[in-house]
Amino acid sequence: MSILVSLNNVVKRYQRGKQSVEVLHGVNLSIEQGEFLALMGPSGSGKTTLLNLIAGLDQPTEGEVTVAGERIDRLSGGKLAKWRARHVGFVFQFYNLLPVLTAARNVEVPLLLTKLSSARRKQNVRAVLELVGLADRATHKPGELSGGQQQRVSIARALVADPTLLVCDEPTGDLDRENAEEILKLLQTLNREQGKTIIMVTHDPLAADHASRILHVDKGRLIDSPARSAA
Amino acid sequence: MKYFFLIWAGLWRKKTRTILTMLSIIVAFLLFGLLQGINQGIKSGSSETGNHRLWTAPRMSGISSIPVSLMDQMLTIKGVLNVAHFSFFGGYYQDAKNALPAFATNVDKLAILYPELNITKAQIAAMQATRSGALIGRRLARKYGWKIGDKVPVGTTIWTNSDGSNNWAFDVVGIFDPTPQFDRSPLGSAFWINYDYWDEARKFDKHRVHQFFEQIDDPQKAAQIAAQIDRLSANSPDETRTQTENAALQSQLKRLADINFIANSIVGAVMFTLLFLTANTMMQSVRERIPELAVLKTLGFTGNTVSVLVMIESLMLCVFAALIGLACSAGAMKVIGAVLGPIRLLPIVVVSGIAIAVALAIVSGLPPALRAQRLNIVDALAGR
Amino acid sequence: MSALSQIAAVSAMNIRSLPQRAGTSSVVVIGIAGVVAVLISVLAMSTGFIRTLQKTGPANRAMVVRTGASAELVSVLTNEAALAVADSAGVKKGSDGRPLASPETLLVMNLSKKDGDDASAPFRGLTQDGFAVHPEIKITSGRSFRPGVNEMIVGKAAQRLYKGLDLGAHIKLFDSTWTVVGTFASDGTGRESELIADQQTLNSAYHRGNSLQSVWVILDPRGGFQTFKDAVTTNPQLQVDVSTEKDFSARQASNISNILKFVAYVVGGIMAIGAVFGALNTMYSAVSTRSREIATLRAIGFGPAPVVVSVFVEALLLALIGGAIGASLAWLVFNGHSVDTLGGGFGGQLIFDLAVTPGLVAQGIIWACVIGVVGGLFPAIRAARLPVATALRAV
Repeated sequence: MSILVSLNNVVKRYQRGKQSVEVLHGVNLSIEQGEFLALMGPSGSGKTTLLNLIAGLDQPTEGEVTVAGERIDRLSGGKLAKWRARHVGFVFQFYNLLPVLTAARNVEVPLLLTKLSSARRKQNVRAVLELVGLADRATHKPGELSGGQQQRVSIARALVADPTLLVCDEPTGDLDRENAEEILKLLQTLNREQGKTIIMVTHDPLAADHASRILHVDKGRLIDSPARSAA
Repeated sequence: MKYFFLIWAGLWRKKTRTILTMLSIIVAFLLFGLLQGINQGIKSGSSETGNHRLWTAPRMSGISSIPVSLMDQMLTIKGVLNVAHFSFFGGYYQDAKNALPAFATNVDKLAILYPELNITKAQIAAMQATRSGALIGRRLARKYGWKIGDKVPVGTTIWTNSDGSNNWAFDVVGIFDPTPQFDRSPLGSAFWINYDYWDEARKFDKHRVHQFFEQIDDPQKAAQIAAQIDRLSANSPDETRTQTENAALQSQLKRLADINFIANSIVGAVMFTLLFLTANTMMQSVRERIPELAVLKTLGFTGNTVSVLVMIESLMLCVFAALIGLACSAGAMKVIGAVLGPIRLLPIVVVSGIAIAVALAIVSGLPPALRAQRLNIVDALAGR
Repeated sequence: MSALSQIAAVSAMNIRSLPQRAGTSSVVVIGIAGVVAVLISVLAMSTGFIRTLQKTGPANRAMVVRTGASAELVSVLTNEAALAVADSAGVKKGSDGRPLASPETLLVMNLSKKDGDDASAPFRGLTQDGFAVHPEIKITSGRSFRPGVNEMIVGKAAQRLYKGLDLGAHIKLFDSTWTVVGTFASDGTGRESELIADQQTLNSAYHRGNSLQSVWVILDPRGGFQTFKDAVTTNPQLQVDVSTEKDFSARQASNISNILKFVAYVVGGIMAIGAVFGALNTMYSAVSTRSREIATLRAIGFGPAPVVVSVFVEALLLALIGGAIGASLAWLVFNGHSVDTLGGGFGGQLIFDLAVTPGLVAQGIIWACVIGVVGGLFPAIRAARLPVATALRAV
């Protein structure tokens, strides 16, 4: 299996007023194609920052980030946006669906950035909604869907442009046990049957169990031991 | 275009706010359409026929007179087709309080100069047959219940008759129906009498009139012809001032009020307050949608794309509502037109209205659009 | 907590948080300021116009014109008629025993205004008796005209409005040249828009023979207006109308002032409707921004009434501020501003000052409050009806 994502000595610092805060201290990481990786750690550990760097939402202060052979740390704002559109599907903790649009329209939004015709777009939307099992809810607005259903729409949206990576930030954080289980099962299916590479940040050990590999992040460093060593 | 539903969604995020903002814009442009409609209507003049008319009046004073002999001299000027004249009789009927808009004229020429009055050949013949005849506008005739054949006694504050009194009597020989536009105008609701009869009978200021109307062949040559007409009486105590009918009407109106200034000032005040409203609405709307805009950016929308979406949203809001407002003003004009005389919504008012709406949209939309463009995804998603 | 103190407490909280909502709040304030400013400015024109026409000098003065004349300008009287009027009962006699009667000629002359347009300036001819009949005319610079010479005095307002009327200027009117030898004031009446010269000189310069337009008299206090009117109207040799100056001016004023009032209320009304929408927008937004706060208050035990009233209080406060700003703007920019328009009945251009009176300011403030109340009504009701539990949970 080839390496899809690699981070090399990545450092991230933020300016908070006059102070400079270092959130990631020289992280090295390789992720293979087809992995379902869970990043765990307490709040403030830097795991979300790490995720953001992999997903191209942020740039490292030092170091290299390579995804599918491309050095995304060298891409500028506009090019990075284009890269994201093509390569990354993002799933948020609070779904972040546009409340005035139907599920189908919400899923269609990423396709607006492509050159697909309206008919093709609608086709792809339908396909991916079926994949997540919500084809019959296509015309519902987020307000008319349960939490679990909204998250599934969110996943559909993340998948519709056939991205290289699926990136999830606490996808089950706002769901009850039953719905969380459904979502995690869905992610597992996508990984095992469709070969999607998934990187998930979570603080829930039960969620992490669904992944194929677990890494711990603490105080800005990767702790490669699978054992529980939360601070 | 394909982004339409996305922009539409942005607009209707908060239904009440969008509707109220649109209502405010509609009201503002309703006012704009009305005020500028009246303003531009005044500036553009009455009609095509009006462009072929010049007015000549004494230059020095609004109440003095000029020799009627000027008429023949005017007719020698190339481009002048016909000349009519009119003089202020200033009468009253029965009670001194019933001022009568009575004017003396050469009716046959008046009919040519002002076809809008719809004076028929028969009526002209009747006036020529009866020297003491009166040709009355339908509206005025209806007011006093006059019919053809009635004898109308008219008093005047100015003109003493040959019998030594200020009392005159006229025979109603015709009632004319002007076009709707001229129905309420001074000429259309007038009591016309024969100049010859009046000039012969009056005691002073004989052979002089108060104003001439000239029909010219080419409106493009109006300024030239006007200058030539004025040259006829240059350097005499009877100096004239000739201008196009349109210019004369506007100058009269300007003495009443600087309508242009008033209309523009009020519109300016309205648009200024509106700007605050729309700027605020757009700013609020974008501020509330920062997380959503951040999501769009994560999906791969560039900062520029997102800011353009915001600008288009602002444009849609403002221009759409402005168009409704302008349409409403057209409706309001029909209502007011019943009282003041017909006013239409002119293309220039619509075009300038849209231009203002676009400017409004741009100024209101720019700050939030820039905000959207610059927003940092990570900070926005984290709620900072 | 009593209802009143609850209201006070909630209102205080609202108002303290206003600076955070400065953006939306400013929308109401500016919108209402605009309405009030426009309303008051246009009404000030009407008020100023009427005021000037009503400042008509002593109440014991009457004016005589030809029967049926709607304006001085269209009245024509003979010299004999003027003499007969002067000799009628009811006219006060001066210290020299002669009646205080002033036969007057009135013409209009097209002059250029300083802003470039043309206007008709009233040109009046007075005999020396005229100054006794119009005691409010006072020379403020230069001197009065001498009879028999082409000299004129100009009113303060006329001098400001027209080109070429400075002291010492020579101005050609028709084929006569006149010299401006003095400026006069007359208690702010319409006379200040006029040019005045010697009556006989004026008549002969413009070939008017002995005809004149009007006769003005001072009434004898013992007989009063009625005596004079009776004497003059029952005289078979006279065909004249008499009225006190006040009545004559009032008649002329009503038409134009009605138009102005119509414009003010229609335009103001439309703007006010727009302002109401703006106020509704702001207040709805205020309520929704603070829905959690309101719900918390309700959960604590504040009744719905204090919440409703507090929304009104906020709306009213913003409206009052807007109204005050609008009124101040109108006053600063327009009070005392000179405007000229056609004085009633071709009387030539009348110059008057806009008058932003306390009455107008009060009217403006009332409109502001009405807008505030209407704009606050529905949002206030919504605030009262806010379902407490949902609002507390709302993100």
